[in-house]
Amino acid sequence: MAEEKWKLEQDGPPSDVEEIKKNSRYLRGTLKESLQDPLTGSVTEEDNRILKFHGSYMQDDRDLRNERRRQLLEPAYQFMIRVRAAGGVLTPQQWLEMDRLARQYANGSIRLTTRQALQFHGVIKWNLRQTMKEINDTLLTTLAACGDVNRNVMCNPNPYQSEVHEEVYHWAEQISKHLEPKTRAYYEIWLNDEKVVDSREADEEEEPLYGSVYLPRKFKIGIAVPPSNDVDVFSQDLGFIAIVEDGKLQGFNVAVGGDMGMTYGDPQTYPQLARVIGYTPAERVVEVAEKVVTIQRDYGNRSIRKYARLKYTIDRRSVDWFVQELNSRLGWSLEPARPFHFEHNGDRYGWVKGKGGKYHFTLFIQSGRIRDWDDYPLMTGLREIAKIHSGDFRITPNQNLIIANVSSRKKKQIEELIERYRLTDGKHLSPLRRNSIACVALPTCGLAMAEAERYLPHLLDKIEVMLEELGIQDEEITIRMSGCPNGCARPYLGEIGLTGKAPGKYNLYLGGSFPGDRLNKLYKENIGEEEILDTLKAVFSHYARERKAGERFGDFVVRAGYVPAVYSGLHFHDPIPAETGDTLKKA
Amino acid sequence: MQLEVENSPFNQEQVALLNRLLPTLTEGQLVWLAGYLTALNQQRKDPSGLIQARGNGVALLEPVPQAVSSGLAPVGSSQGEQKGVREVTVLYGTDTGNSKQLAEKLTRQLEERGYKASCFVMDQFKPQTLKKVEVLLIVVSTHGEGEPPDNALSFYEFLHSRRAPRLEGLKFSVLALGDSSYEHFCKAGRDFDQRLAELGGERLYDRVDCDVDFDADAEKWMEGVLAALQQAGGALPQQEAAAALATVHPAIPNGAQVALSLAQPAIADPALERQPVSSPYSRTNPFQAEVLENINLNGRGSTQETRHLELSLEGSHWHYEPGDCIGIYPENNPTLVDQLIEAMGWRGEELVPVGKEGQERPLREALLSHYEITVLTKPLLEKVAALHAHDQLVSLLAPENQEQLRTYLYGRDLLDLVQDFELKGLPAQELVPLLRKMPARLYSISSSHLATPDEVSLTIRAVRYEAHGRQRYGVCSTQVADRIQPGDTLPVYLHHNPEFKLPDDPDRPLIMIGPGTGVAPFRSFLAEREMLGAQGKTWLFFGDRHFLTDFLYQLDWQRWLKEGVLTRMDVAFSRDTEQKVYVQHRMLEKSKELYSWLEDGAYLYVCGDEKRMAKDVHATLLQIIQQEGGLTEEQSEEYLAQLRREKRYQRDVY
Repeated sequence: MAEEKWKLEQDGPPSDVEEIKKNSRYLRGTLKESLQDPLTGSVTEEDNRILKFHGSYMQDDRDLRNERRRQLLEPAYQFMIRVRAAGGVLTPQQWLEMDRLARQYANGSIRLTTRQALQFHGVIKWNLRQTMKEINDTLLTTLAACGDVNRNVMCNPNPYQSEVHEEVYHWAEQISKHLEPKTRAYYEIWLNDEKVVDSREADEEEEPLYGSVYLPRKFKIGIAVPPSNDVDVFSQDLGFIAIVEDGKLQGFNVAVGGDMGMTYGDPQTYPQLARVIGYTPAERVVEVAEKVVTIQRDYGNRSIRKYARLKYTIDRRSVDWFVQELNSRLGWSLEPARPFHFEHNGDRYGWVKGKGGKYHFTLFIQSGRIRDWDDYPLMTGLREIAKIHSGDFRITPNQNLIIANVSSRKKKQIEELIERYRLTDGKHLSPLRRNSIACVALPTCGLAMAEAERYLPHLLDKIEVMLEELGIQDEEITIRMSGCPNGCARPYLGEIGLTGKAPGKYNLYLGGSFPGDRLNKLYKENIGEEEILDTLKAVFSHYARERKAGERFGDFVVRAGYVPAVYSGLHFHDPIPAETGDTLKKA
Repeated sequence: MQLEVENSPFNQEQVALLNRLLPTLTEGQLVWLAGYLTALNQQRKDPSGLIQARGNGVALLEPVPQAVSSGLAPVGSSQGEQKGVREVTVLYGTDTGNSKQLAEKLTRQLEERGYKASCFVMDQFKPQTLKKVEVLLIVVSTHGEGEPPDNALSFYEFLHSRRAPRLEGLKFSVLALGDSSYEHFCKAGRDFDQRLAELGGERLYDRVDCDVDFDADAEKWMEGVLAALQQAGGALPQQEAAAALATVHPAIPNGAQVALSLAQPAIADPALERQPVSSPYSRTNPFQAEVLENINLNGRGSTQETRHLELSLEGSHWHYEPGDCIGIYPENNPTLVDQLIEAMGWRGEELVPVGKEGQERPLREALLSHYEITVLTKPLLEKVAALHAHDQLVSLLAPENQEQLRTYLYGRDLLDLVQDFELKGLPAQELVPLLRKMPARLYSISSSHLATPDEVSLTIRAVRYEAHGRQRYGVCSTQVADRIQPGDTLPVYLHHNPEFKLPDDPDRPLIMIGPGTGVAPFRSFLAEREMLGAQGKTWLFFGDRHFLTDFLYQLDWQRWLKEGVLTRMDVAFSRDTEQKVYVQHRMLEKSKELYSWLEDGAYLYVCGDEKRMAKDVHATLLQIIQQEGGLTEEQSEEYLAQLRREKRYQRDVY
């Protein structure tokens, strides 16, 4: 297989997106003109590619797409805007502004993402510029929230280890800043900035790190602080695992080549776990990040985008090759990796008291969607809290929200607001629901093949009934649903994973580990709700009967032989051996 | 080849006769006969000769080698070069690009073998040219729950609609791509295959369904198709035979000329094109047109409803031109009719006179379709007062109360009248004959005969409002919006409008100002200019309330802009901004260019609301001409008057 991939990389000229990037004059394209065209609510396909680097995707309301086509109207084009904040940290003032913008220009909701970013949906073209400008007025940015660059740097927001967190967060910010694109295009297009230099003359100076064609594809970095693996460090192109000794941050283990995306029907694409390749002292972490990015810049596949992630660059050659290349670019060698231990990849809900006398409250946000429902004024409640809060807000990698750094003086007030607006820490909800993730999917995401955010809660209602019948409702089980195979919900790390195939149809994956260090494996393909429930019921009742003390569901399905354990994406598509199937039948 | 019953469509007797005759014919006679038969067949299908016009129009789409004026000789000469060449159309619908790659590969292979192959993604293919296609090869994938790819949807829907033509004589084959893990594996391909056969097409080669690893199966299909084509290629296509005949024997029967024009490059000759064809249908003898399509053009959330109504004109023998109108005889709202019958204490089944010859129809039917009940007139009130001298009614009709009468008549209907003046008790036989006959409603045509010869489309905005404590409904517009479905028929007639016509010269620039439904004729103009391959510049001003929901025919304008049929377009959406913006504001913003277009000989058209829009637009035009031409007010008026005299300022306002 590795040989074939090598062939693919060499196969053919740069993809059309490479051409678009190259011709865009450092991400300018014809965006300004596209934004002004009064005859369409869209931008050109080329400009949409460029727009991603600026933190926005063109989408359309897919619920209306066919209806409008028959009406001879173009799709109801609208834009998603992603706001990037390293580690997902926002001040209350910033929160209030995001809240206002969501109601003024977007569809009245804020979407927290699995990468600790924040999204607006439904912004129409005529409001795009003003919205971007006002986001920047709050000192937040959308630049590089999407596109072929380093994306939002994730960082464990773990509030009960706040001293280490502060330090880890500091490094996340440093990495984020260091890897930001340097083009002025962003300021020219959105912030009315005068062009400082003529890009055609300045050339290489504009992007010393990325160059004029940026990276072959997106690049993701996340930092975990054990025992929490909430950032899913093994799903990152580049993961750092904080090594804390004697209560002090020493440095980071380095893990490379993880990613969730794949394409149906193409076994040469697969989700992969990042491999731990060594250790770096904390003060050299930015340097390590930069060099890893440059290797991918130089060796990544620029011909076929679906083969362009770092995992393929590494798997095509070898991890040894990569380490050697990295050491040689660093001019020093990574130290051997240090021991670490992960216990879970979910969130701890409710109030915790952190070090330094500050309190933190983790709110459960179903599927990361913040808006006002008739019986649940979540958005209003958060706005009222932001008005009096003096700490900060932290978006978790599980799409939840932490009201962090609350002083003991403010705690009572905030508790009152939580009570008044019935905001929830989810403690009355099932552990399954609290450990669930769904991506946005329909109706806005252009890639979605099936529902996710709008559907998972209903599916969970039904699974919960089943778990209660079996008496295992208190087991913590991770379940993740993505509307397509690209993996925004990190579905291949769930103990239960579901990815959309067609409206109402999903692939069902089983066998991921609770702390997120093992991939799951396809168990049933393209099935509807009834079959999903029937299948899960059979496995759950087996689990209820025969689990060992403390045995996690994901571990059980592997032990019981439903699926083999998958520790490398290269085995993700392997056929399930016949004998494991027999075990299942006996059960 | 000896004809036999098994290898031909003839019976025993015909085979015997033919076998006696055919061997005796010379080569020249055979060719002549081939052409004659083709023409004869065309004439049978279309006795009016409309086929000829259509043939010319269609041929414009894909220019064939240029003809010279005689129209006969070049066909023969090009025919010689093209001998044995057959045209193949390859259509694909693709989601991921696989179908596209395969279709393009197939096209290359066809070309290498000397076929004239054209390859289109389905939504770029003009479905009205389908009838002309000889061999159709389809490569299409399926996604989701058995759906065709987005770029195949419009063609898919066309084929499955009532507008789909009969396709006898078409040879086709389908390659279906899919994923067998889905329930509806290759459904789109199967649907195309089945539908083409239903429409009369003949399978050139059986459909092949491919799974995700499609290469081998696709290869097999291509080889099969190519082999089948080669086998079928033995016979000289009929049209070529007919064309060949033309060179050899100029003295051909009339019918053969028809066939000839099909194979011949079209010469844009509107005079020839528009030979008036006599139709038995007229305003007094309306044609029952089948409704093919009835769509709301306003997107969800709009405060308005505008219907795009497509009618079949097949069999009407009408030949309409851009700018013409269609009159519809509507029916009254059944609820209103029933309310009226109840308010009067009548019975729906009692007979009342309709028409001048004393025929009688049941009351309910008469009120539904024969009489006008939604408009009040002074003569009607006078006649009613003569029957029933209600004090207030009589007083309202007094000469000194003219103003009150006008106010009363405005926005009221017969139900108001009977309630306000207590007419209950008047016999239906007395009151009903006083009513006016139901008038037809005229709507500007929004399609081009050249593009869709057997169809016409209209653009109708539903009129609904509340007045005098009751909801009011525009008679025809709400009938179309609320009660007319595809498959229903409407009595219609063609109304020529010589005062709103494209210039004869297709190279003249056009400025078209048509907000709201006023844009309808300009859709017709542009569709026509597209078919004619007109070179003149075009500029459209459109406006309505909201960009998102009210941009009528947005996809059409976008396509024409992309293809250059429409040179520029300016839009004004009045309720998207704090300050209301209308078309005249856009005109003023572009006053310099607009004036220079006029100076370049542009024709100026205005269509739509008379009272506000057309008046404001006129005033703006005067202002622009004054300002840009450095003219006085009077000179500017004279400038516009001169344009009018030259037929360069035409209006269709209502």
